[in-house]
Amino acid sequence: MKETGKRKIWSDYQKEIADDHFFYVRSCIRQSFFPGSETFFLDFMRNVLGKDVYENPSHTTCTGIGYHSDIVPFQTIMTVVARHFALMKESGYKNIAISCVTSFGIYTEILETWKHFPEELEKTREYLYKATGRVFDIPENMAHTSDIIFKFRSEIAEKGKFRLINKLTGKPLNVVEHIGCHYAKMFPKSGVGGAEFPNVLGGMVESWGGNVVDYPERRHCCGFGFRQYLVQANRGYSLSNTVKKFSSMKPYKPDFILTNCPGCNMFMDKWQYTMKEMDGTVYGENGESIPVLTYEELAGLVMGYNPWDLGLQYHMVQSEPLLKKLGIEYDPDDKFRTKDGRQMPVPKNLINA
Amino acid sequence: MHSMDKSIIVIGAGTAGMEAAGQLAKEGFNVTLVEKEQDTGGHVKSWFHLFPDRRDSKEVLAYLNTQICRENITLLTGTTVNNLEKKHDSFVMNTSDGNELKADAVVVTTGFDLFRSERKEEYGYGIYDNVITSADLETMFRKGEVKRANGEIPEKIGIVHCVGSRDEKSGNLYCSKLCCVTAVKQAIELKEMIPAAKIFCFYMDIRMGGALYEEMYREAQENYEINFIRGKVSEISEDINNKLIAKVEDTLVGRPLKIGLDMMVLMAGMEMSETGRKIALSSGLKTGDNRFFSPADHHFGSNKSNLSGVFYAGTCTAPMNITDTISHARAVVSDVIDYLKGKSN
Repeated sequence: MKETGKRKIWSDYQKEIADDHFFYVRSCIRQSFFPGSETFFLDFMRNVLGKDVYENPSHTTCTGIGYHSDIVPFQTIMTVVARHFALMKESGYKNIAISCVTSFGIYTEILETWKHFPEELEKTREYLYKATGRVFDIPENMAHTSDIIFKFRSEIAEKGKFRLINKLTGKPLNVVEHIGCHYAKMFPKSGVGGAEFPNVLGGMVESWGGNVVDYPERRHCCGFGFRQYLVQANRGYSLSNTVKKFSSMKPYKPDFILTNCPGCNMFMDKWQYTMKEMDGTVYGENGESIPVLTYEELAGLVMGYNPWDLGLQYHMVQSEPLLKKLGIEYDPDDKFRTKDGRQMPVPKNLINA
Repeated sequence: MHSMDKSIIVIGAGTAGMEAAGQLAKEGFNVTLVEKEQDTGGHVKSWFHLFPDRRDSKEVLAYLNTQICRENITLLTGTTVNNLEKKHDSFVMNTSDGNELKADAVVVTTGFDLFRSERKEEYGYGIYDNVITSADLETMFRKGEVKRANGEIPEKIGIVHCVGSRDEKSGNLYCSKLCCVTAVKQAIELKEMIPAAKIFCFYMDIRMGGALYEEMYREAQENYEINFIRGKVSEISEDINNKLIAKVEDTLVGRPLKIGLDMMVLMAGMEMSETGRKIALSSGLKTGDNRFFSPADHHFGSNKSNLSGVFYAGTCTAPMNITDTISHARAVVSDVIDYLKGKSN
């Protein structure tokens, strides 16, 4: 495999990512399932890099899951997104930072629609004004938050306390990077590195010392795929896609999986429990399953944040084997303890625990 | 009209340019043949055998070299055209070596560029070691060995038709016309070189429009057991053993197909050459939606341009094979003579 060929493609997909003054929009799934990720992002950007990142409490869901389930019509979701842009305008911001890949895909699709069908933009302005009295501007810069961490990956490497090196062997950790389909597959120019050989997560891994695994089903869906999972009768199809993907990556002995999409992270994490329960198959080494991390969680580990503050314990597949490889010390007793010292209930059947 | 008084510039010394220059010189014109490369011959010199009769391309090159071996042809190699301008009744052309050439007529024979297969990112050309193009395979044929990057002999070889042709995503809606027959020719040659190899051609439609092409296609199936699978390859990747994995939709069977291969050959299409594009920009010559030079009339003026005194020959106007290119180059002579006769009257 020739690395130069990939670098050539990456050079064709350079994306402008704003440097400061972000209007931050959260993800429904991520703040529920991986709350430490968004907390890290805000803390790192504001307190480590000194950037201005603003959140508006009136921000709502983008309704993306409803849209992809044919429950929310396109006109409705365009108006919801227009309302978010109105909040951004009212708050005095021009750069939007989007936490969720589904939302990012929705925003991208809508901006492309407005570019090619300006009459849709005018209709949306009218709908929003009639419904709320609000007006909006199109963002000057739109980035997914993985783009922003990618932009500051060298700063993280410089300030970091850990490298993605296996302390036990001295070798780089093998990392499977999985990009959410809606990040760049619909509009390759919207993603760092394009759609076929995206570099947004690979660039982070490379900067932080790891080895990116290129395996045959790298582009394959995680198994979520909205309709594949949301329609209960289709869940076998969802799982079969995940099996295909994990079977393909298994020979490369990945130390962990890195994702930038909430759905992918959830499915690649939780389906490992299901696959293990169904036929006893695990896809990591030494009878273990493969931890699935968000890019913020990984950045936090590299920076030396406490793994439990990052929320690693809220995944199905636990990260202790990875923490040992990285040489990160942790207190197992603090894992399910609140900041004021109260013991929380300990979930049963966690994997790798 | 005295031919000896008239001078003609031919831009590009590939098949069309060499043939046109030779035929014009035979008529007595003073011809300046300008070529950007150090050698003449264009794409043919990097090809091995030609279809449909598997003639060695060296024979064609030898013929073309004989054509331009005349006293009234001045050959300028390693020379590019900076701009072309019509001033009154003659043409002025500035070249990269600082010269200004003048002529009574110009024949543009800038040919084509091969589609850059790395633009079809999903096929991984330039990334995966054993994804090669039809041009790369010709080079291997010429060397007399077809091997994987690790030196092994490939046992399962795929061939993708229409790479950069009939492809809206690539911006090329047209058919490159020669890729199907090239695929069939190369499949047969692969089978002859590696008899145990299994060859799979992935095609949208098989377009065998030339003389003896269809017969060659039949022969490939009947005598060489080449497998033809109707469907586009959606992506190529590499497994841990450096084997290629191709995902294809087999539209005749109606199901997706995943196949492991030792080598994949991409049939790169033809595009307007970069040289031609620059000349079009500097001179006001019209190009079509397909970005090739647009002939004045598709039926009666396929050698004529929108500028009186500028003519075309060969693949700068559309994809065509060697036979058609040579015919087109011969035909341009007739238009040039008519034009110069009218001019001298």
